Amino acid sequence: MAVADLPSAELAVLSRRRPRSAGPVLAGAFLALLAVAMIAPELLAPGSPDATSTADILRPPSADHLFGTDQNGRDIYRRIVYGARDSVFVGLAATALALVAGVLVGAFAALAGRAADSAAMRLVEVLLAVPGMVTALLVAAALGPGSGTVVLAIAVIGVPPYARIVRGQILRLRGSGFVEAAVAQGLGPVRVAWRHMIPNALPPVLLLGTIGTGAAIGASAALSFLGLGPRPPDPQWGAMLQQGQDYFAVAWWTATVPGVVLTLTVLSVTTVGQYLQRRFEGRVPG
Amino acid sequence: MRRASARLGHALLVLWGALTLTFLALHLGRGSVVDAIVGNNTQVTDEVRDRIAREHGLGEPLWWQYLSYLGRLLRADLGTSYQLNMPVRDAIAAQLPPTLQLMGAATGIAVLTTLAVAVATTRRPSWIRGPVTLLEVAGVALPQFWLAILLLTVFSFGLHWFPAFGDGPASLVLPAVALAVPMAGVLSQILRDGLERALEQPFATTARARGQGERGVLLRHALRHALPPVVTLFGLLLGGMIGGTVVVERVFSRPGVGVLLLNAVTGKDIPVVLGVVALTAAGYVTLNALVDLLYPVLDPRLRAAGPAPAVPGLRVEG
Repeated sequence: MAVADLPSAELAVLSRRRPRSAGPVLAGAFLALLAVAMIAPELLAPGSPDATSTADILRPPSADHLFGTDQNGRDIYRRIVYGARDSVFVGLAATALALVAGVLVGAFAALAGRAADSAAMRLVEVLLAVPGMVTALLVAAALGPGSGTVVLAIAVIGVPPYARIVRGQILRLRGSGFVEAAVAQGLGPVRVAWRHMIPNALPPVLLLGTIGTGAAIGASAALSFLGLGPRPPDPQWGAMLQQGQDYFAVAWWTATVPGVVLTLTVLSVTTVGQYLQRRFEGRVPG
Repeated sequence: MRRASARLGHALLVLWGALTLTFLALHLGRGSVVDAIVGNNTQVTDEVRDRIAREHGLGEPLWWQYLSYLGRLLRADLGTSYQLNMPVRDAIAAQLPPTLQLMGAATGIAVLTTLAVAVATTRRPSWIRGPVTLLEVAGVALPQFWLAILLLTVFSFGLHWFPAFGDGPASLVLPAVALAVPMAGVLSQILRDGLERALEQPFATTARARGQGERGVLLRHALRHALPPVVTLFGLLLGGMIGGTVVVERVFSRPGVGVLLLNAVTGKDIPVVLGVVALTAAGYVTLNALVDLLYPVLDPRLRAAGPAPAVPGLRVEG
């Protein structure tokens, strides 16, 4: 949650240092593995993630069960692999939705005149006035639990920073030479905005979006942990953590494994995002 | 003075917007409110349902419900909880002290850790800074609820250092740490960054030339220079901390506003949700206004005139 609440300038400060070489490579490799788990989980873990076995309840990690088994005798490794799709996809979808909405709101504010600008920016301020988690819970209260709710809840929190950056970028681009040239060539305002301004305003937003995805994945797990995500028995890391919590004292692996995987995922996405931001820093307007 | 009253008006406007959006989202959202009040009880007749709807004014048109809500709000009446059968104001008043204690303790821990870690690791060789930075980054990336579970299991169930439950000061330590870690992880990185940049400024050279030791330059000159962006960020991260209380109170089974909100959300207890949103938004907006007022105290350059920069961290220095 914390990272999602940061303004972009502070994120940039956070990412400017640490010129490390192994980090992004390791992070990339981990994300590639996750991608396989999301697209074709059966390649990594044959068998059903919901298969229970009363003989194998709460078994510690072994050759048979790499990450042990849970309270229903289900293989945790398999559930982690199958849970990747829901756990990661929710974060990706929420970020994508927030990006699109943020770009639209930001562009609208910058281009549609003063009244539109102040209306859109007041809306952004209202969203920022309520802490992210409270907003997310509010969306959950309005829509009821489920994956769609989690996506929408996290997307709503994500909109303000993107909208602000896009607005700032476009306002800056408005006076630049190539925009004036496009206008002088007789292109209409919508075309200038769509073909020339929005594409040039995008790069910093996309970079911030990469970092934001990590935070979104973490936030979606938190909402699932609070019982607002998909219903059991769907494997989902946050929900696995919540169930594992009850058995943690007698079977450390139940809550440790999903927690470690979740942390590694958030860390990897953030690392790759910061690496991209460093690489493209300077080439990006703004 | 004029600036302060303009700020107040603006804050009230934002607050009104937040409450209106909340009201609309809850009333237009999925699922009937009467169903939520009735719960799983299938024995309820239509007459009873009608009476419930009438009692809570749910049969009225939405605009009327909205106006009467605003009217009650102006009289500081937050309505009556559907689930708890008590005024929302009393429900919140009962849950507020433990949450404020938790946030106060967490803030204290976060601020002290930030100062200690940043000052101790500024301009240190990489074998000291490396592991610390890694911890800071991990502290931000760790899902807070997992951190809370780990702390509870290791230090409470495992080592028995702290009680798992109860309301003594010792039971406050672990939840406060769980709440403080993400904040301290971000703030100490920003503060160290600011300290290191401040130490390269001409005024630091001047102080050294006057014979001040490196520690003195750091504590007397650089620290003050590096604080404003940290203070801004602190204000913004308080929002994250308010959200964090929901998770932390849930994991540690503590009473508090966070759990009150969570239960109200699951039970579609609209008056309670509205009340808690009003409280958190008002608190958050007020705290950030106070943070803004702190700038002139920290930075004499702002005392003369002009508003504080929106995000001082943006200033490019040196």
